[in-house]
Amino acid sequence: MSLLEVRDLSIRYGDTAVVSSLSFSVSDGESVGLVGESGSGKTQTALAIMGLLPGNAIVGGSIAFDGREIVDAAERQLDRLRAERIGMVFQDPMQALNPYIPIGKQLRRVLLRHGISDGRKADQRVMHMLDRVGLPDPARQFRAYAHQLSGGMRQRVMIASALIADPDLLIADEPTTALDVTVQAQILELLERIREETALLLITHDLGIIAGHCERLLVIDNGRLAEEGPTRKLFSEPQSAHTRKLIDAAPRLDGVTRPAPAPAERVLETEAVSVSYAERRAELHAVLDLDLQLMAGETVAVVGESGSGKSSFVRAVLGLIPMRAGRVTFLGKDIAGPAKARAVEIRRDLQLVFQDPAGSLNPQLRIESIIAEPLSVHAPELDARGRQERVAEALQRVGLDEQLLTRFPHQLSGGQAQRAAIARALIVNPKVLVCDEAVAALDGSVRAQILDLLRREQEATGLAIVFISHDLAVVRSISHRVMVLYLGRLVELADCAAMFARPRHPYTRALLDAVPVPDPVSPGGKLSLGGEMPSIINPPPGCAFHPRCRFALPRCRTEPPRARQVGDARVACHRAEELEL
Amino acid sequence: MLRYTLRRLLGAIPTLFLVIVLAFLLVHAAPGGPFDDERALPAEIEANIAAAYHLDEPLPLQFLRYLGGVVRGDFGPSYSYRDYTVSELIGRSFPVSLQLGVLAMLLAAVTGVSLGVVAALRPNTALDKIVMGVAMTGISIPVFVIAPLLVLLLAVQLQWLPASWTGSESSSRLLLPVISLALPQIAYIARLTRASLIEVLSSDFIRTARAQGLGTAAIVRYHALKPAMLPVLSYMGPAVAAVLTGSVVVEEIFGIPGLGQLFVRGSLNRDYTLVLGVVIFYAALIVLLNLIVDLLYGAIDPRIRRR
Amino acid sequence: MVSGGVLCAIGLVAVIGPWISPNEYLTADFNNILRSPAFADGHVFGTDDLGRDLFVRTMMGVQVTFAVAIVASIVSLVIGVLYGATAGFVGGRVDAVMMRLVDTLYAMPFIFFVILLLVVFERNFLLIFVAIGAINWLDMARIVRGQTLSLREREFVQAAQLLGVSTPKIILRHIAPNLIGVVIVYVTLTIPQAILIESFLSFLGLGVQEPQTSLGKLVNDGTDQMEGAAWLLLIPATLLAVILLCFNFLGDGMRDLFDSRRSE
Repeated sequence: MSLLEVRDLSIRYGDTAVVSSLSFSVSDGESVGLVGESGSGKTQTALAIMGLLPGNAIVGGSIAFDGREIVDAAERQLDRLRAERIGMVFQDPMQALNPYIPIGKQLRRVLLRHGISDGRKADQRVMHMLDRVGLPDPARQFRAYAHQLSGGMRQRVMIASALIADPDLLIADEPTTALDVTVQAQILELLERIREETALLLITHDLGIIAGHCERLLVIDNGRLAEEGPTRKLFSEPQSAHTRKLIDAAPRLDGVTRPAPAPAERVLETEAVSVSYAERRAELHAVLDLDLQLMAGETVAVVGESGSGKSSFVRAVLGLIPMRAGRVTFLGKDIAGPAKARAVEIRRDLQLVFQDPAGSLNPQLRIESIIAEPLSVHAPELDARGRQERVAEALQRVGLDEQLLTRFPHQLSGGQAQRAAIARALIVNPKVLVCDEAVAALDGSVRAQILDLLRREQEATGLAIVFISHDLAVVRSISHRVMVLYLGRLVELADCAAMFARPRHPYTRALLDAVPVPDPVSPGGKLSLGGEMPSIINPPPGCAFHPRCRFALPRCRTEPPRARQVGDARVACHRAEELEL
Repeated sequence: MLRYTLRRLLGAIPTLFLVIVLAFLLVHAAPGGPFDDERALPAEIEANIAAAYHLDEPLPLQFLRYLGGVVRGDFGPSYSYRDYTVSELIGRSFPVSLQLGVLAMLLAAVTGVSLGVVAALRPNTALDKIVMGVAMTGISIPVFVIAPLLVLLLAVQLQWLPASWTGSESSSRLLLPVISLALPQIAYIARLTRASLIEVLSSDFIRTARAQGLGTAAIVRYHALKPAMLPVLSYMGPAVAAVLTGSVVVEEIFGIPGLGQLFVRGSLNRDYTLVLGVVIFYAALIVLLNLIVDLLYGAIDPRIRRR
Repeated sequence: MVSGGVLCAIGLVAVIGPWISPNEYLTADFNNILRSPAFADGHVFGTDDLGRDLFVRTMMGVQVTFAVAIVASIVSLVIGVLYGATAGFVGGRVDAVMMRLVDTLYAMPFIFFVILLLVVFERNFLLIFVAIGAINWLDMARIVRGQTLSLREREFVQAAQLLGVSTPKIILRHIAPNLIGVVIVYVTLTIPQAILIESFLSFLGLGVQEPQTSLGKLVNDGTDQMEGAAWLLLIPATLLAVILLCFNFLGDGMRDLFDSRRSE
């Protein structure tokens, strides 16, 4: 008998249907994945099961939990169900936890709902739960506030709060999307442990995660069920075109990498760049001593988790934030210093594409004005016709339709907006394009298209690209060389194919292990790294990575390793030569 | 937390200082002196009086002398009420105004928040629209319109309540002034509470609480109310200031011998020291209140405390 | 939106009214004192204790009230926006100092200073505008500064800076248009505040002087006559309340309008 039976579910807002005729079931102890692109209705379905849809949602069909109907049920019934039988974990733990109350108290409140009024017993259970989800030092965290915890810890707390009532079903809506990849691996491993006792409905857009953690799979497209079945079967023989599209677009770690580019002039070079922030009389080193050489026609990826300093590094190179030390040369000329002080030509040649496509476009201006703006600075001699031509040309390069010129940013889709941003950057024919997580906010298929666009541009014009990302699969598909950062320091710099095949630093190895791969047979996503990246306020002595490193020697605790050539790579590890990773 | 308090306290001092300086300058910039209205006196006697009140000294010196007095709590003698010092006058009138003000604020806070919560829990229903409509009206009618209207209605026409302070000794004479003062604040606080609570209720962490099966009552009481009160708390500073200014009008209309009335009389009589004293006193009150509000804010929102 | 209509109607009548009415607001007609409102004898709102027609005086009052409100609001708007935008855009030390000043001023019992000012410098019509403007600009400055600060961090502004767009152009093209929404909302909210302050001052006898009148002054006068001639109080009071109500509704409506657009 199924635990959860959804039949013909439909959710409408006014005239728009978000979900239509959706039917599926989840049995006791099963773990089912619900996968689809953003906006496909996955979260709406989850909220419907919990009875948490907003008041103006019109719900049709039936959702039965253990025989009891959820659609149109009385609020009290739903409360009881939510308190005792179904738990939910949301995507962004920072927003999902009450910032005004210590987390221990929040968890205790959930227990009080169950009539456990004895303070001491409740506290004990809370601590036990915090320990079970792997929170270090539960006694201390009991009194901590949400903002004092790291992202990974917060998500553990969220999971604890959902599990503390011992539910039969746990719904996890994109539980790891906001987390770093190594932390993601930890949380997924936690969910694995939970699977043994609780049924799991895992909602995500990431096929890699689904592949490794769900027995059955539901593919949802535009509110409708596209396909359903056992995970392995779906991956090996997808029946629906949409499923196939998703699988094809999912970035993998074993695809073809790009061949090395022809040697060309050195376009951008940084030497010993350091960036620090002053905070209350202490100097925090966000970036320490980074060297980078970029050739024309080449893509170098800067990879790191949050706190690794990749954004700070790039922004310092661009002159958006001040450098504490180091040199930056562009085509041989020294360009260090604030962007405002740099020569106009240099500013023209170094362009940036941001992560959030909508945010980087002025909501009050039309697309045409946005794309044409650089021309007013760098090609002021052009008349209106000349500008129009250049804009049309830029549109063609990025594959945008002319019709969009008169629209405003909020009327464009994510992919279209990002193309517009790229058009704006490319219209002045820069030599270097910096992409700061440029595809992180985009869906699978759109993402693939943008990456494709960047590759073509590069091959056509010899554009050099600095690609910042935390997503190794994406990095693999677009870079020639990869630079891995940890706590602002260089950890490894190597040829893309070589690094993926044979990483030389334990951190790189852990990163590669942690990436979930959309292959049910070998799904990756292995947990091999505990803990989280330390903060720059209190960096570990010696090698910054040593507290989490399996291979650490006493030497690593005292002496920071210098980056040196080992084989084809530059590595900062004392044991680089001897380690077989 | 202690550091936070100390820092705030220290910050308050320059404000007060600035107030004293400005007020002092303003008062002394006025054409005409405090004794102009009286019969012209022979020059000698005028000079004597001037010397006695230190009016002949250079301005900076007068200021320093005054400042010294203020620090000791001495605001100098009143020019118009000859037998009293300013401190005494303030001491006599303040309790009345305090009573009025505290009652009005309490009434406003309790009623306003209750109305706001009720409206927030049933958004867009008839109840909500009625409450908010009434509140909107309350904001739109100034104190000096409400007070006479209430007097007209309740005292003159219906004869339920006394129309003036001195006319009766019963505590019911408090009712009209307090209500007049409180009404606009009730309206404002109700609207603020409603908007704030609605916003908090749509936060993600409230959704989590609902997902944990907590009922509405529990959610409001435990999770939502504290954060929702933050904007209301911030408003308390300006609210008190508004009640203070309103009290000037109310005291005039009802003939209440409070601080507001004192101030108006003092201004019209060019009684420098009195006016100065009252202004500084009010400012100190407001600063103190803002400090308390800040501290309470820190107590509720843990993220602020770190600074 | 209804309020917008009502306001316009009132405004229109206020301007046209005195023209078409056969009565002069100055003329004291001692034969006709304290007559209750009646259509017949041409005194639609009745007369006051000096026999002056209340309708005309009320309309004059509305004119003055509107004039003061608008001018004072413009004054506080200009000061507030310039101050706030500068503080927000320049940032750093300058911003910290400017905001410290605002915070300090905020804590002061302004009304009292204004009263002091007006008493000291003899009720000067121009002074009223200045005084009211001086009270109101603080809020506007704060809001504008906050908005400017957050705009400055928005990526499209950074993009423009990176592109090499000059600072004045950035302010003009990128920051200013995004400020308009907030500014409009706040202006529609400061106007009622200005009206309130002016009425308050007039009520205390510190505002406009005879023979001119404003709604606040009319209410004051009406209060004195309250026991015998209630209409002298009720009519200007109601009108004042209605005007304020309309402005508040307008402000609310504008706020809703702009908020929903922003969160798209």
